[in-house]
Amino acid sequence: MAAQSRTPVIEMRGVVKRFSLGTGEPLEVLHGIDLTVYRGEFLAIMGASGSGKSTLMNLIGALDRPTQGSYVLDGTDVSTLRDKELSRIRCGKIGFVFQNFNLVPRTSALKNVELPMMYGGVRGAQRTQRAKELLAMVEMDDRMDHLPSQLSGGQKQRVAIARAMANDPALLLADEPTGALDSATGRLVMDLFHRLHREQGKTVVLITHSPELAEECQRIVTLRDGCVTGERRGGGANDAAV
Amino acid sequence: MPLFENILLALSGLRANKMRALLTMLGIIIGIGSVIAIMTVSSSMTHSITENMQSMGANNIIVSVTQKSDSDGTAGGHTLLFRRSAPGAEDLISDEMIAEYRAAAGERVYAVGLTQALGTFTIKTADGSAGANATGVNSEYAGANGLTVARGRFLTQADEDGARPTAVVSDVLAQALFPGTDPIGRSFELTVGAKIYTLCIVGVYRYENNGMMLESTDATPVTELYLPISTAKAMAHAQAGHSYITVVAAAGEDTAALLRQTERFFASYYTRNPSYTVTASSMESLLDSMTQMLSTVSLAIAVIAGISLLVGGIGVMNIMLVSVTERTREIGTRKALGATNGSIRAQFIVEAVIICLIGGLLGIAVGLALGAAGAKLLDCAASPSVGVILAAVAFSMSIGVFFGYYPAGKAARLDPIEALRYE
Repeated sequence: MAAQSRTPVIEMRGVVKRFSLGTGEPLEVLHGIDLTVYRGEFLAIMGASGSGKSTLMNLIGALDRPTQGSYVLDGTDVSTLRDKELSRIRCGKIGFVFQNFNLVPRTSALKNVELPMMYGGVRGAQRTQRAKELLAMVEMDDRMDHLPSQLSGGQKQRVAIARAMANDPALLLADEPTGALDSATGRLVMDLFHRLHREQGKTVVLITHSPELAEECQRIVTLRDGCVTGERRGGGANDAAV
Repeated sequence: MPLFENILLALSGLRANKMRALLTMLGIIIGIGSVIAIMTVSSSMTHSITENMQSMGANNIIVSVTQKSDSDGTAGGHTLLFRRSAPGAEDLISDEMIAEYRAAAGERVYAVGLTQALGTFTIKTADGSAGANATGVNSEYAGANGLTVARGRFLTQADEDGARPTAVVSDVLAQALFPGTDPIGRSFELTVGAKIYTLCIVGVYRYENNGMMLESTDATPVTELYLPISTAKAMAHAQAGHSYITVVAAAGEDTAALLRQTERFFASYYTRNPSYTVTASSMESLLDSMTQMLSTVSLAIAVIAGISLLVGGIGVMNIMLVSVTERTREIGTRKALGATNGSIRAQFIVEAVIICLIGGLLGIAVGLALGAAGAKLLDCAASPSVGVILAAVAFSMSIGVFFGYYPAGKAARLDPIEALRYE
């Protein structure tokens, strides 16, 4: 904990999310979530399906706005922002890693890594240079020109992680990043997250339903029926001190 | 996101679906292609017609005797039934009228051409034969019709006054009748009715096929043979007057204004005439009505081409909607990575514009090829207009914007969460 600053990256207060399903009562999925994630923390959010895990992730990732409550992400209150400003926030502050990789098809690994920088307005040569460095970091620099269809699952996920790191985001948000991978490849991907956390001090939020993966993190938040039901230190809590 | 990136992206998307892209473009290709082809053919036709008419004398005014048309079917107490079908001697334009007209018009008229058609004859000599179209003309005819005499002289006032048996022939006829020798001064025989006339060649003009006449398969075409109008009238036993005259405006004269004045002048002689009057027309007015007709036809075909473009545009919209649905996940991903609605919209509009632009360019190529082939078939030089091509490019791009806007807007409005979850 010593190396960890106490600046919050995520600060959620009484976040409620309701979906109106056309007629009748709106469906309340999250019932007042309080969540603080500090800079440099490696946090796991655990929960069974239907627990509101995905909804919470969408809120954390600024893909959606809370119905009630406030959410301050890296010093910016995003709960009231308009679509265009949310796009900016996603572009600059959040690096998404998805379960099914979501690389843009027919686009080379290099161009995929360049995408967030392109939307962020980073110019040509500088962008390519940074993308190459990121691919080298995930040891994919020998496959820069490969299309996603020419890459294996693990390789795709490494490219996706390089892409998530492109704009040096405040937060890496990984949604079941090993869910579509075999255990050996999954292990490599998890090691990569640990490395980014340890070496670059990245704040990582891992959404998972696997207790083993959660156990590797510093802190585990458990979600059930739209409420935070548990919070405890994980096995990785001592990592930062190493 | 910069435009250049969008263009590259659109091109790579099209490369991945070559067949589909081509089929989508087909409507645009056909539409733009037919517009360009029609425009090319009609402009080259107009061009060649204008050129021909100019060579025939665009500032010539034809004054001709025509029947009066009365809406009630009666004319000066006569019913239609009793109206003569051909103008009599008193109805024709007399030499006195022409003399008065000349005096009135003065310097404004360069020449007044008079003609008396005799018909087409086959002329034979010991050395050969050729067809000729014999016409009696006055001395001013050559000037009025831009005829230049290559050898010898044209017919003169003296020829006309004396009704001399002289003739001006084409170099083609001269060559056929008197091969290898100087035709000036030679004579040939012309059989009109039952009588044989001997004519002496005083001049030779250069024959030019102006393209309006059908080229005959014969080695020697039928050419014009000119003789003094008085001689021709005597041969034809024709009346003294003229059923039509050609007035040539002086250089720099407003032909249209002269046309109206000339018509008014001659019509004044006919106010008491029950059946006939004169009307004046010029090559210019003829040309105008012809170009107008051509442009009407072009417009009609352009409308059809426009419909094809509309159908093509709808095809593009359809394929773009399919593309948006297919790429829902990709759109979601892009939005998660920070793409704004605007940049997603721009991406899809650029893609639609690229499809239409490539279709348009292919259409222009097809249209130019078809237009050139069509112009060749009509035997006139193809003259594709740069303006039309630029307009076609601009138009196909605007089709892309117009028909791409709705699908692009649909893509832009996609909810990123829904889009990411889309299977």
